[in-house]
Amino acid sequence: MAIHRGRGFAAINYPIGMNLGGDPSQALVHSNPDGKFTVALSAIDLGQGMKSVCRQIAAETLGVPVEDVYVDTADSDTGPHDMGSFASRGTHRMGNAVIRASAEAREVMLEAAAEELEVDPGDLMTDGKGNIHVRGAPSRTITVMAAAQAAQFRQGRTIAGRGIFLIPLSDVDPDTGEMSPVTTFAHAAMLVTVEVCDETGEVTVTDMQSAYEVGRALNPRLVEQQLRGGAWMGMSHAAWETTEPYYPARDHGPVDFNSYIMPGPGDLAPHHISVLERPAEDGPYGGKGPGEMCANPVLPAVVNAVYDAVGVRIDELPVTPEKVLRGLRALGGAKPRQRL
Amino acid sequence: MIRGNMVEFRKDIFADERDDNLNEIGKPTRRQDITGHVTGRSPFFDDHLFEGLLHLRCVRSPHHAARIRRIDTSAAQRMPGVMRILTGQDVPVNLNTLLSLLDFGIDDEPILSTERVRYKGEPVAAIIAETEAQARDAVAAVRVEWEVLPHVLDVEEAIKPGAPTVLDIYPGNKFVYHGKYDHQKLRLGDVEAAFREADHVIEGRYQMSPIEQAPIETCGAIAAPEQNGRYVCYTSTQALFFSLGTASKVLATPSSRLHFIGGTVGGGFGGKVDSIHEPLAILGTMLTGRPVKYAWDREEEMQVGAPRGAERWYLKDAVMNDGRILGRKFTGYFDSGAYTRLSSYAIIKGVGHLPGPYTIPNVHADVYCVYTNRTPATAMRGFGITGADFAIEAHMDKVADTIGMNPVELRILNAYRDGDMKAHRRLAKNCALIECCQVVAEKAGVKLSPEMQAASSRVGGGGARAHLPAFTATDEHGRVSGYKATNYARKGAKPPDLPGAPPMAQHVSHQASASAPPAPQHSPATPVPPGPPAPKRAGPIRFSSLSGFRRR
Repeated sequence: MAIHRGRGFAAINYPIGMNLGGDPSQALVHSNPDGKFTVALSAIDLGQGMKSVCRQIAAETLGVPVEDVYVDTADSDTGPHDMGSFASRGTHRMGNAVIRASAEAREVMLEAAAEELEVDPGDLMTDGKGNIHVRGAPSRTITVMAAAQAAQFRQGRTIAGRGIFLIPLSDVDPDTGEMSPVTTFAHAAMLVTVEVCDETGEVTVTDMQSAYEVGRALNPRLVEQQLRGGAWMGMSHAAWETTEPYYPARDHGPVDFNSYIMPGPGDLAPHHISVLERPAEDGPYGGKGPGEMCANPVLPAVVNAVYDAVGVRIDELPVTPEKVLRGLRALGGAKPRQRL
Repeated sequence: MIRGNMVEFRKDIFADERDDNLNEIGKPTRRQDITGHVTGRSPFFDDHLFEGLLHLRCVRSPHHAARIRRIDTSAAQRMPGVMRILTGQDVPVNLNTLLSLLDFGIDDEPILSTERVRYKGEPVAAIIAETEAQARDAVAAVRVEWEVLPHVLDVEEAIKPGAPTVLDIYPGNKFVYHGKYDHQKLRLGDVEAAFREADHVIEGRYQMSPIEQAPIETCGAIAAPEQNGRYVCYTSTQALFFSLGTASKVLATPSSRLHFIGGTVGGGFGGKVDSIHEPLAILGTMLTGRPVKYAWDREEEMQVGAPRGAERWYLKDAVMNDGRILGRKFTGYFDSGAYTRLSSYAIIKGVGHLPGPYTIPNVHADVYCVYTNRTPATAMRGFGITGADFAIEAHMDKVADTIGMNPVELRILNAYRDGDMKAHRRLAKNCALIECCQVVAEKAGVKLSPEMQAASSRVGGGGARAHLPAFTATDEHGRVSGYKATNYARKGAKPPDLPGAPPMAQHVSHQASASAPPAPQHSPATPVPPGPPAPKRAGPIRFSSLSGFRRR
């Protein structure tokens, strides 16, 4: 019996947003008289942090502190239409809608401030801390709150904005497949290290080293959360999970987490992540959606690492001890490759 | 080698393309909802436990395929706590396909099946009872007389002549694209010429497994009567208006009478877009006047809830000794299960993604959406892409091994760069594959040649690499007939009347197309009279164009 170590590599790109476009998202932004803003959406926060990213995007665009923005989402009576949280579209599509709505609201906010300061709105700037002042004359200033109160009670002005983001629907050519699938792609590369036991067939992922290109990390902690969790899921999909272990037969399908096995804390491999940021020209502040793609490179990297370790190709997921042992038997024992 | 759970932000790379001096963007701001989540106070759909809440559970098929002779609910009706039993006759519009909201595909799936079941676990009746336990007991008391039918579970078995037909509207067990072909094609250049020219031809077969989305919170919805003839529905959906639109269609109820509330979801991963629960929960409320909850238990979530579908891919590469890939050919089979759901759409996404992030001058793909007698597949993280990437990147490793090349260098050599022509005939931009490969190689101690270290996504692309090939080999393989542009589902449209005989051409289709000509352009009997030009489209631009079923 021996433990064989191997390394495997994979690289991928990932389309951001619903394929072919045609998937609108809307946002509404308005201020209360205290200069606090509500962003109304119908997007879904699946735990990925959609609300928080939209909140930061709104604050950045409005030029107000993030604490002064609250995101209210997914009540069909108050939130405008959105296609949904899938296809890595949340940040890209909804983020752009929030930028447009916030820009429109900011314009009214600056008009209200300009009227109070008796200047041209084009001469005003925000400091991101709740103040609006004249460019080049920081002493001539008004708070966002004072501007909002003036708008509401003196000027009769609505500080609000509407935003929609829609990539027009693309046709698909039946004969060549010509199409405009999406406008933005994220990227990743992944190298995993595995240990393969040639007696039990067990495969253990012992290390992951990755680079993910995400356009712009709008919130670095949320990006890390996505990448770390997604890579864990990729590892689980490579070597642990399936609803139909003897596909295409439907026998022995798991019905609970005792039989549908996933890696626990003790099975987690250390994962060193490098984040690259090449802003997408139509992404919100250049951002792409990191959510889906982070799992994808792990699956092939694991099977490539198994080959590197023992010379067995596993072309059918998931990698199970049974498949590894059958492969080893067909090969007449482990034939380590050690190419990387 | 660097080890450990670290994250670093490589601000040095692409620094000239970014302004990093922003107020809020790029800050590690704490999540707006985190306190509620970690203290267990964030409300999820299942926290809206109305007084008098009823519970709905479904009677399900124990067979992969069967005809329903009779459903006897009389014993169940007398069980304690049973308030109402629903069958297909109670559902106002008991046939739907998810993408009909986008004018894509034929309505194919009953909400509660009445005549036939096509997968193990398919619902045929729903019990509404005072408690969940009473609903479970009553489900067990429903007697269904089944006539078991032959079934097929493997994608390549399903498309053989003589295989049991899963859905009558797709007699060859294959979805029809553009009313024209039984698969989606991708063609760039001439792969056969590339195979003749190549130093190596490398083939592989890959199988992506079905996978459960496995959210902590299983899918579900709670509906209740609201004021003024409206219904509120708390839901775990990933797509609020998608679910609202589906419920509106299935219940034949204006969307103005439906009030959907969601937004905080305990994990989705693609498994919460199918809008299964909302229509039945609301229907239960409409028929009982009481709040109704319909949610899956864990077993249903895993075996009845749609998983990531299986995919089978065949790849064939034309490779030169120096590592250049001249051509890549794909044949792909997506296992859609018994109904379409979103698989037909995912295939178009997958085809747009081929041949992966590489510039390959000759590409050929035929990708099939195949019906089998298993739980319908649906979206999951990486939908349409993950399985293809598994096949492509496992294959890249074989290519590297065959020609004796460093696997990282093989990727960099073939990587797409800014300005390159892609197989779907658009130019690449904003590329970063090479840089990702370089960063990983550097920190993992994989030695790259100076040339590979110096490579850049921003250099070396475009030019001759931006041109479409002078010749692209096309073909009519997989031509179908009998499907007309007007046959396909639009909002509220009925399923098509197809010719009695299976119109699908199994392979090359000269005979079939001779007996039933393809969709006519215009009927000569009804010439368009001269007059003001008609608007280009009768309705909003929708996904009808995906299948060539454009509104006229």
